[in-house]
Amino acid sequence: MMKIRVNNQTVDVDATPDTPLLWVLRDHLAMTGTKFGCGVALCGACTVHLDGVAVRSCVLPLSAVDGKAITTIEGLSAGRSHAVQKAWLEIDVPQCGYCQSGQIMSAAALLSVNPNPSDADIDAAMSGNICRCGTYPRIRRAIHRAAELQRAAAPAGGVAQSVVAHASKGARS
Amino acid sequence: MSSAPGDLTRRGFLSTAAGVGGTVVLALTLPGFGAGGKRGTSAVGGQMNAWLTIAADNSIIVIVDRSEMGQGVYTALPMLLAEELEISVDTILVVPAPVGDAYVNPGNGGQVTGTSNSVQDAWEKLRTAGAQARTMLIAAAAERWRVDPNACKAQNGSIFGPAGKSLTYGEVAAAAAKMPVPKDVKLKPKERFRIIGKSRLRLDSPSKVDGSAQFGIDVKLPRMLYGALAQSPVLGGKVSALDATVAEAMPGVRKVLVTAGGVVAVADHFWQALQARNALKITWDPGSNAGLDNAAIRALLEKAAQSDPGLSARKDGDAAAALQAAKHSLHAVYELPLLAHATMEPMNCTADVKADGCDLFVGTQVQQLAQVAAAAAAGLDPSRVRVFTTLLGGGFGRRLDVDFIPSAVAASKAIGAPVKLIWTREDDMTHDTYRPPAREELRGGFDAAGRLTAWSLHITSPSITARASPSVTDPFDSVVEYALNCPYAVPNFSLAYTRQEIGIDVGYMRSVSHAPNCFVIESFMDELAHAAGSNPVEFRLSLLKAKPRHTRVLQIAAQRANWGRPLAGRFQGVAFMEGYTTHVAQIAEISVDAGVLTVHKITCVVDCGQMVNPRIVESQIESGIVFGLSAALWGDITIVAGRVQQTNFNSYRVLRGNEMPDLDVHLLESDEAPGGIGEPAVAPVAPAICNAIFAATGKRLRTLPIAGQSLSKT
Repeated sequence: MMKIRVNNQTVDVDATPDTPLLWVLRDHLAMTGTKFGCGVALCGACTVHLDGVAVRSCVLPLSAVDGKAITTIEGLSAGRSHAVQKAWLEIDVPQCGYCQSGQIMSAAALLSVNPNPSDADIDAAMSGNICRCGTYPRIRRAIHRAAELQRAAAPAGGVAQSVVAHASKGARS
Repeated sequence: MSSAPGDLTRRGFLSTAAGVGGTVVLALTLPGFGAGGKRGTSAVGGQMNAWLTIAADNSIIVIVDRSEMGQGVYTALPMLLAEELEISVDTILVVPAPVGDAYVNPGNGGQVTGTSNSVQDAWEKLRTAGAQARTMLIAAAAERWRVDPNACKAQNGSIFGPAGKSLTYGEVAAAAAKMPVPKDVKLKPKERFRIIGKSRLRLDSPSKVDGSAQFGIDVKLPRMLYGALAQSPVLGGKVSALDATVAEAMPGVRKVLVTAGGVVAVADHFWQALQARNALKITWDPGSNAGLDNAAIRALLEKAAQSDPGLSARKDGDAAAALQAAKHSLHAVYELPLLAHATMEPMNCTADVKADGCDLFVGTQVQQLAQVAAAAAAGLDPSRVRVFTTLLGGGFGRRLDVDFIPSAVAASKAIGAPVKLIWTREDDMTHDTYRPPAREELRGGFDAAGRLTAWSLHITSPSITARASPSVTDPFDSVVEYALNCPYAVPNFSLAYTRQEIGIDVGYMRSVSHAPNCFVIESFMDELAHAAGSNPVEFRLSLLKAKPRHTRVLQIAAQRANWGRPLAGRFQGVAFMEGYTTHVAQIAEISVDAGVLTVHKITCVVDCGQMVNPRIVESQIESGIVFGLSAALWGDITIVAGRVQQTNFNSYRVLRGNEMPDLDVHLLESDEAPGGIGEPAVAPVAPAICNAIFAATGKRLRTLPIAGQSLSKT
């Protein structure tokens, strides 16, 4: 039995230490928003946050999450209120939707450290998340839009203003 | 009006799908759909027809009989019904249809989500269903008020009568359901559409941004166990000996059993089942494919093509004579590789076999075939199998096959508990029903005046239909369909098909015949245009003179892409496709630098007739282009000693976001009947890019994928 901290709750898990976090979330904790896509960190469908950083839960053994804070798509926000989720709905990104939890978690992690990502920043942060439906153009637009929403919600300041001007130049319409 | 789903349909529905109004609805209610979890829980209400139940609390349940795999049917189909029912789309609760006669798609000969025809099939059917229900609701209200139905009107989920009277649909639904179904209802003209033609948020999107959407892999039942399947590494092989001693002793393992599909390890959790599966010691009988490889497949197709003239599929004039008489002729052989579908959600199925029946929870495009497959594996009559369709984490035709179902059913039956069987990515990649390879040989001839007078195409490929749709007797397989409808006016045209099996299962893949045939036809058109010294756009237009819709998309694409005036260092290629009642023209803009290809931009102009939800149409066009790009650039399944070499996304490369070219997708307004949108945009991608490569380098690529071929200038 091991204790892990998921979405601000401490839960007991009865699984061997080598069990990937993905299967602990899905099968033991019934949090199925995190998806199995490849099993070897090639597709990003299983992306969660570990202490705020995007990680692939399919290759993260349970033994590696001891004492760390795990956030899954279920815990990203209440009522789809995260800027990324709002932007995703505004632009209606999902198609089949299977990869979208992972895309959203990667995008949210990006925006948490880079509030004004350029297209190149988005490419770098999102290239590990495959979408076979091809929602990529919408994902790019939605990340730029989420950045706008996040800025609108944050207090205005000189530094933020200059970054706004920079980001709007790089955004595709 | 088209055949109205009247009494007969309703009877058929009630007899085959009696569960829909009650507990089944609750079991299948999808989180995030409709009005914030509002559910049709009231026992009293009315089942208006096969697609609509109105509960006493005025919840509107729309039963969608096509599988949602990203193409938007859970939104577009309810929109059609809502248009005539006079309700807000936001109040709708979507419920997937059970197996039922009413849900058969006549265009596909079964309850099938495929051939991009869901909206075409539903266009009149669901609007009629909505109009009939509205008429019945008005009649019930009028009867209660003892007024003339013509003095009443339906609006926003209520009936309004004289003197300020009103009743919600829910209040009269039970009585309305007993009203006679009107035979002739008049559907709204386009000018009066409030819902159809206007972009709106997909009904499934909220559940897809918060993780609550339920795919097959997410199903959880009480007492459920998990299964992992070992399949023969050589395609088509069988288990000859099994030693499960180590696996059976592993933690959580409940059972190991041999099934028709291989060996299943069942455990308390999937990770345990997978470790146990990996610990099985299995001796496989490789069967007849032990020596199969790509060279052998290629040789099989070539030998068949050279020894068999093929079955004549289309013959206009006399192509052979015209080629003989031609002043100038061209000959080319094109070859297409095997492809994997690689849906993001690997194949999986949850089965719960009990003494008297089986419940199947599965992402499938073929509910009836799933039912039959499960029944056979469970030893039950198909009527004892209930199919609960989940969301599909991608379909692309892969889920038109049911090969992943029987082992789940067999495991559940053997252990007496529900079993969720999940394929790993490697299982999925190495045991797909692959897009068939093809060899396509063409000849074209010009007369002395430079007119294209002769065209012959001989396609050699294994049959998809023979295995996947054995009831279809048409000898012209779905691998030749697009070539059969080749739109260009050539007076002497011949198409022949030679069927040559290759020993492994091949299946339908998004843009089934269109993608391979379009690559070949549009590439050869480019060859002919260059041979004739013509501009490839003008050359096509000259052969499409009697076809205004074809002409229009091609002309607009040329304008939008600045055809003939690419940016410095860039080159353009064009391709056209008409299929699924939709017209698509694409222009690719590329550069080749030191042999390295960059696809900068794809312009895509589409006339798909009337659109239900234009934003979904646009998404599907983008989607098709991305699917086409992955296949064109890298798609290649290779076989060595009967074993597929690609196992995961490192060896089967698909497009990633950072590799996305710019897209200019332009949808044309149209009053024509709706066309399909899921598949058409896939087909022109490869030929548009390859034609641009020719413009850049003088290299004519007659095989795919592009990767691995030399692009140095010739």
